[in-house]
Amino acid sequence: MLASFWIPGGAAKAGWTSYPPLANIETAGQTFWLIGMIFLITSSLLGAVNFLTTIIQLRAPGMTFMRMPFFVWVQFITSFLLLLAFPPLEAAGVLQLFDRVAGTSFFMPTGLVVSGQVAEISGGGSPLLWQHLFWFLAHPEVYVLILPAMGIVATIIANNTRKPLWGRKLMIYSVIFLGFMSFIVWAHHMFITGMGTVLSGFFQITTMIISIPSVIILSALFLSLYGASIRFNVPMLFALAFLPMFGIGGLTGLPLGLAPTDIPLHDTMYVIGHFHYVVAPGTILAMFAGIYYWYPKVTGRKMNELWGKVHFWGSFIFMNGIFFPMFIQGMAGVSRRLYDGGASYDFAADVIHYNEFMSISAWLLFVPQIPFIINFFWIIKKGEKVDSNPWKATTLEWTATTSPPLGHGNFETIPTVYRGPDIYSEPGADKDYTPQDQPDGPSRPEPDLQT
Amino acid sequence: MQIPYTVENRPDTGIYNAKLGVWLFLASEIMLFGGLFSAYIFLRIGAPAWPGMIDGHLYESASEVLNVPLATVNTLVLIASSVTVVMAWASLALKNFGRYKMYMGLTIVFGFVFLVIKYFEYSDKFEHGYTPADSTFLGIYFVMMGLHMLHVIGGIIVNAYLWGPGAKMWKSNPEQFIHRIEVAGLYWHFVDIVWIFLFPTIYLL
Repeated sequence: MLASFWIPGGAAKAGWTSYPPLANIETAGQTFWLIGMIFLITSSLLGAVNFLTTIIQLRAPGMTFMRMPFFVWVQFITSFLLLLAFPPLEAAGVLQLFDRVAGTSFFMPTGLVVSGQVAEISGGGSPLLWQHLFWFLAHPEVYVLILPAMGIVATIIANNTRKPLWGRKLMIYSVIFLGFMSFIVWAHHMFITGMGTVLSGFFQITTMIISIPSVIILSALFLSLYGASIRFNVPMLFALAFLPMFGIGGLTGLPLGLAPTDIPLHDTMYVIGHFHYVVAPGTILAMFAGIYYWYPKVTGRKMNELWGKVHFWGSFIFMNGIFFPMFIQGMAGVSRRLYDGGASYDFAADVIHYNEFMSISAWLLFVPQIPFIINFFWIIKKGEKVDSNPWKATTLEWTATTSPPLGHGNFETIPTVYRGPDIYSEPGADKDYTPQDQPDGPSRPEPDLQT
Repeated sequence: MQIPYTVENRPDTGIYNAKLGVWLFLASEIMLFGGLFSAYIFLRIGAPAWPGMIDGHLYESASEVLNVPLATVNTLVLIASSVTVVMAWASLALKNFGRYKMYMGLTIVFGFVFLVIKYFEYSDKFEHGYTPADSTFLGIYFVMMGLHMLHVIGGIIVNAYLWGPGAKMWKSNPEQFIHRIEVAGLYWHFVDIVWIFLFPTIYLL
């Protein structure tokens, strides 16, 4: 993919969705893109096989599925999504590669005219076929993007509220249901392709249903804050910010999931606002939270709190500055992928001034990333050293030593698990947390819906 | 530190790691070929005729374009190779290394026979000027068969390794070696099953 920037014609130009016929006739960069995707998909598949086999077969003694931390559960479901959803896109990528390189017409319709000339192809293909194959992956893909983030946020919230997650078991069942449902919603990306009402009705129903587990998980995370003794350290700030941001992102998705409201909003800036809210103030904030949280385990030192807070506030504020006005522009009708940002359309005149605001926010967003990068690299050598469990967390990674033991494996001795991951502030215990592998100490009776 | 359940079965799942791994991999492969079968269905439904117009000539059925008898032979070859790979595994379970070598060797030979017949099929097509670009029927035929063929080649390479240099493990860790043959056999059966679906779909229907 990187190499394609240097070839004549430049890199791929048909969008990340690579829709034919444009993607089929574009310059060679698109071929590089396809080859890159085929490699990436294969690697994802192999990684997924690894994760799944490890989670099923190689859990530590005493680690039942219900005692697994929520983060491991989301990785488990994510791996299933990768395993089963990616291959149709790989198939489609091979077909598109053939269309481009061997002149086949899998996606090229009969009678196609390019730049005024009838294309010399056998025809008989269907651009719609690509869309179906592409979105069959690309919808589960967005759950691949958000599920690990939810897992990180859940872990950090439980740890910094010093109490068990509300509805942990409910969250686990929700995420399983979410994974299953994510395979049958894909055509909500295709409502304007002229599909019939029965088919569009089916996808609208499944899309509405899939919002339920997401809402359950988000609500459970909010409810976990009730009555908590919150530690406002940097990972927790990012995790807390995730909650309303993902809320906005998810709620703005609802009009997109229903065809009548999707038709005016499709391919407008509204859509860009929606998905960036879930991925940027959503997943990316969760990624930052994870970096600050697990950094001490990787390096044995904690990142600087003050600069972490600067990074947090700057990122949070300016991310909103960039993406919120997009909803307004989209509802006014400004399309996405316009070369001039809507300047040539009269109906966009009232909302066009937001472009400047968003651009400035983007530049300002860059500024707090600088202390983050410096913080990240500086502290590796110069930071305050901490012990192996600075956050006083219960999950197994915190019992491992900071540098891996000599020889193979993560632990000096394989831990045995005696309880679930959420024994925080148990009445009568000697500390406010009890690690999963500590032999004596409290545990909650299992199973229990609200454990 | 030894990774557990490489050789012995895990009590609750009842299988060893590699077996789960290969089943998961095969699940993804089912989705891969499933995507291509879906493409085939989509293209065929949308086509006014199938195989349709190729180079100005209207074909009514696949047997006018493709060589069904030759492909039938290939079907029998693959089925036979699936039988021999099971016999190879069974020979090891009965501790007969010589028999194992024979049966695994036969599996590899059958794989090559499949490839040779495919080579004749393809080169015949190209000589008559039939390329993937000439129609969607030919396009999907070449791509699906081609992808299947790549999987056959991959399987032959794995089987050849287990027949040749990899067979050293029979001396050092026979249990794990038997597992390897079982896993390779599972993959090979999958390659066979894909062909069992591919052959009727493309050649007969």
